[in-house]
Amino acid sequence: MKSLQRILAIVVKEVRQLRRDRLTFGMIVGIPVLQLIMFGYAINMDVRHLDAAIADMSGTSASRQMVMDMSESQIINVIEQVSSVEELEHLMRQGKISVGIYIPPDFDRRLHQANRAAAQLLVDGSDTVVQGAAAQLAQVASQVRTSPYNDRPPVMELRTYYNPERRSPVNTVPGLVGVILTMTMILFTAVAIVRERERGNLEMLITTPVRTSELMLAKIIPYVFIGLIQVSLVLLLGHFLFHVPMAGSLLNIYAITLVFIVANLALGLVISTLVSTQFQAMQLSFFILLPSILLSGFMFPFAGMPRPAQMIAEVLPLTHFIRLIRGVMLRGASLLELSAELLVLCGFIGVFMTLAILRFSKRLD
Amino acid sequence: MTELAIQAHGLCKTFGKVEAVKSLNLEVPRSRIYGFLGPNGSGKTTAIRMLCGLLTPTAGDINVLGYSIPKEAEALRLKVGYMTQKFSLFEDLTVDENLQFMADIYTLEKKLKHERIGLAIEHYGLGKLVKQRAGTLSGGQKQRLALAACTLHAPELLFLDEPTSAVDPENRRSFWEALFDLVAEGTTILVSTHYMDEAERCHALAILDKGSLVAEGSPEELQAAIDATIVIVETDQPRRVGKMLEQQSFIHSSAQVGNVLRVMVSSDQATPEKAVSDVIKREGFNLKNCKIAKPGLEDVFVAATRERKTAV
Repeated sequence: MKSLQRILAIVVKEVRQLRRDRLTFGMIVGIPVLQLIMFGYAINMDVRHLDAAIADMSGTSASRQMVMDMSESQIINVIEQVSSVEELEHLMRQGKISVGIYIPPDFDRRLHQANRAAAQLLVDGSDTVVQGAAAQLAQVASQVRTSPYNDRPPVMELRTYYNPERRSPVNTVPGLVGVILTMTMILFTAVAIVRERERGNLEMLITTPVRTSELMLAKIIPYVFIGLIQVSLVLLLGHFLFHVPMAGSLLNIYAITLVFIVANLALGLVISTLVSTQFQAMQLSFFILLPSILLSGFMFPFAGMPRPAQMIAEVLPLTHFIRLIRGVMLRGASLLELSAELLVLCGFIGVFMTLAILRFSKRLD
Repeated sequence: MTELAIQAHGLCKTFGKVEAVKSLNLEVPRSRIYGFLGPNGSGKTTAIRMLCGLLTPTAGDINVLGYSIPKEAEALRLKVGYMTQKFSLFEDLTVDENLQFMADIYTLEKKLKHERIGLAIEHYGLGKLVKQRAGTLSGGQKQRLALAACTLHAPELLFLDEPTSAVDPENRRSFWEALFDLVAEGTTILVSTHYMDEAERCHALAILDKGSLVAEGSPEELQAAIDATIVIVETDQPRRVGKMLEQQSFIHSSAQVGNVLRVMVSSDQATPEKAVSDVIKREGFNLKNCKIAKPGLEDVFVAATRERKTAV
């Protein structure tokens, strides 16, 4: 009962201070909204609507068929028809197009010669993503080739599960929930105790009967609610702005984010006990944020990473959360099916909280 | 129940190679104001922090209100109040919110909480400031709030670390009146200061210098026991005479106060005023007046810290 009174006292105090700290309060809403919009629109790994020009010197039905196939892939957006390679090169230099397609006059004849390329794809190589897109485009074109082996099935049939339209936001938004929470939650608690140390409040607090575990718990509680507000914001915006589907139940989504939020807040507390200034706390938080973004599978596929990188990723809460949230939101998996990952996150909470309480001393030496 | 509020024997604290406190022995009686007088860096804050269990002593035993410190520091917390040198309440909370917070941290019951906060607001003149944020208060107001906050749980013992360093004389006066009110109710107060006028108000004093206790007693006892004589010298050339006097082996120190020199003469001189006037005349300076004066606390302080220097 007494313990509860002390915890409540600190929680009320934290909320009051937070309400008066306008900048931080603004960040609670601002960070998720801005991040979502920025990431949602900007991180677009599948490139579409690359501006392109075509120089069709052959003008046969086969060549027109190929151009149509390419346009339908939506990878390119044909903005001009020209009549020479030079014109294509000129447009590319000006930056008006990223892709140029040159179809020579003898296109039909070349199609039947297995050892010769039938047409030329001119690509602006200054952007690696565009290069990747062009490779995709070449695949589309290869379907037009009517070779002696035409009776065989195509080299590869492309089928995409869960995100058939291959839209990035569908993959990004669930992961983004995790990135935003990592960014804000760790920082909130990392700074929370150091700030009081810097302002001298801590020297007063540790001479009171408040226990370390009470102080740690009370520092977490207010921010759990802030985390849930942020999740709701991202989910709402993701739904209305990017039409991210929600295969699983909302309750499951909140359940896993709640665990993830607490894990991050506890990690922040550990940081708080390691550093002596707010600046150091911030740097350490970013030291964790960066690998979280790069290695967790949020940006690059986890499977493609070398073994050491994967091992680092396994000790980052975000890695496990990304697997959880994608499972629940996109594949509609149940918590039972994902229990292994959920347990890992709970394990993190236990370890971080213990570390924070052990490391925090009610002494000054 | 022990008669002593604080007992410490052979208290030491070293930070790396720095000896902040050196074998300190203390006995602080209950219901008294006990002062730590010493210059900055003399180990006052370190000593207080060790006594309330914030720092672990390198060596020595501490007993505060019957608790062995630092082992039983947690049990002691409910019975002591600690006012830090720097204002340590929350500047972004109002006066009332800060008091509510402290009352809850000390788990006062609802009724008692309102009663105590009401009394504190009235007693420390915080009535008009209740809704004001602590960060916007003046130095004196902050001090009153801090004292109100650390006495809400009616502690038996109060540690005050340089409580009035940012306070004007008038507020300092009323602050000390409040301290005597607390002592009248039975509270023991340990206060550190580097102001002589504050030290004079204490029931008993410990003079600290470079981590060691160099003198102890009531201000009167200390003044009576001073191992030197104070001679007041009036002359036309106080600067030059002062410099000359400091060269003499039987003179501990000379300090100018307005137009006169306050000279501390070694106690082995049978006629100190004659010894001083002789040397001034011999050196060819004019002398208007030369007489013995009653030593003040500052003289005690200078004499005590000086003995250390020659002893080392």
